[in-house]
Amino acid sequence: MLEKRTIIQQINPIYPCRKYEVSLWQCPQFLFLIMGGIIIGAIIAAWFVASAKISDPAIVTLIVLIVGATSLIISFIITSSFERLAAASRLKTEFIGIVSHQLRAPLTNLRFSLDLLLSENTEQAKRDPKEYFVILQENTKRMGVLIDNLLTISKLESGQLPLDKKLVSLTEAVSSLTAKSQPFAMASQVRIITNFQPDLGKVLVDPFWLDQIITNLLDNAIRYSHGNGQIDINVQRKGKNILLVIKDQGVGIPKEEQKFIFEKFFRSANALKQQTDGSGLGLYIVKKFIELLGGKIWFRSIADKGTTFYFSLPEVK
Amino acid sequence: MAKKILLIEDEAALQKTMGDALGASGYTVLQALDGEIGLRLALSEKPDLILLDLIMPHKTGFEVLTELKQNPATENLPVIVLTNLESMDNIEKALAAGAVTYLVKANYSLQDILTKIEQALKP
Repeated sequence: MLEKRTIIQQINPIYPCRKYEVSLWQCPQFLFLIMGGIIIGAIIAAWFVASAKISDPAIVTLIVLIVGATSLIISFIITSSFERLAAASRLKTEFIGIVSHQLRAPLTNLRFSLDLLLSENTEQAKRDPKEYFVILQENTKRMGVLIDNLLTISKLESGQLPLDKKLVSLTEAVSSLTAKSQPFAMASQVRIITNFQPDLGKVLVDPFWLDQIITNLLDNAIRYSHGNGQIDINVQRKGKNILLVIKDQGVGIPKEEQKFIFEKFFRSANALKQQTDGSGLGLYIVKKFIELLGGKIWFRSIADKGTTFYFSLPEVK
Repeated sequence: MAKKILLIEDEAALQKTMGDALGASGYTVLQALDGEIGLRLALSEKPDLILLDLIMPHKTGFEVLTELKQNPATENLPVIVLTNLESMDNIEKALAAGAVTYLVKANYSLQDILTKIEQALKP
């Protein structure tokens, strides 16, 4: 049964229209069929008209060829612009699907905890309601973070995010953020070791977003480290840039997943094993910002051995 | 004897709330934080019903469901899919794989879910 259906789907030229979730007239495959009909019609009409008016067969052929080629080019432009529109529409639908799933997870936790707190026959809620309040607190925070991230992304993508650029010492930024991360690192039994090249110049960045970028990378390094691991942070000069290297001994990123790591909502299987409530937005935002600040980010990773993130920003002396 | 319910769910907060609600309703609750442990408990503990999340580490809910239905020891166990993934494709896929019903967590209260469990447990 299933095989028969697949075969029918494969020979049905407008079957792919379903995946775009747009009307038939906006579907590129359907438009392509219609355009094909119009081209053939135009060629036949051009031949009839031209051969009735002109006696030289060479000129008739030339006219038919020109009409055919022109309609082919026009239809190609129309179809491909609709293809882009249809793909964008599909991405939007997927995006809404993922976001609603991400918001529903904390929402469910809020709802169920409230159900228990308000229900009269649950002993546990009466005896020790604090655990439910902690769930309420953590999940409201989780929703807030997700919404903040989504707004940042929307502003980043529409180019509406104002940057307040200042000259900042990367070394100072890293040492103060490392100090702030110490309690989390200690609780996760991870050591952080820093190594800074002396006499480095400054970088021109928005300090708020630089902190967000470094915190995010540091947080990931600690979160996905095995306990007792070590994180090495190096800040050094490389050509005209200052390079920051954060090396962890954590779970690593499997090779087949490495190309997706900076994509929106992507989460590696190894990351999921460790901790499942991330949003998959952190590294996407980090990359966008570093690029906006004129820098570059890349990484090397071996599954189960660790990951090293590198990012470079132009040095201002 | 109290009916045994296996809750396969990776969210700790949900394990806590669902677990407490099920316990308060008189069920014995078995908990698994991922698909692999869930599958092992399903085989060793022979629960009366399984509540199954879909997106989980190690083994997804779909993989667990397929393996449960392929194994003669567990093929008749009622499975309720409890997820926040709402799409026609997933609902069709889960029901075709043998789930009793498909519930979108955020759309139900704990009481609603308990009622669905009761219905599924009726002989």
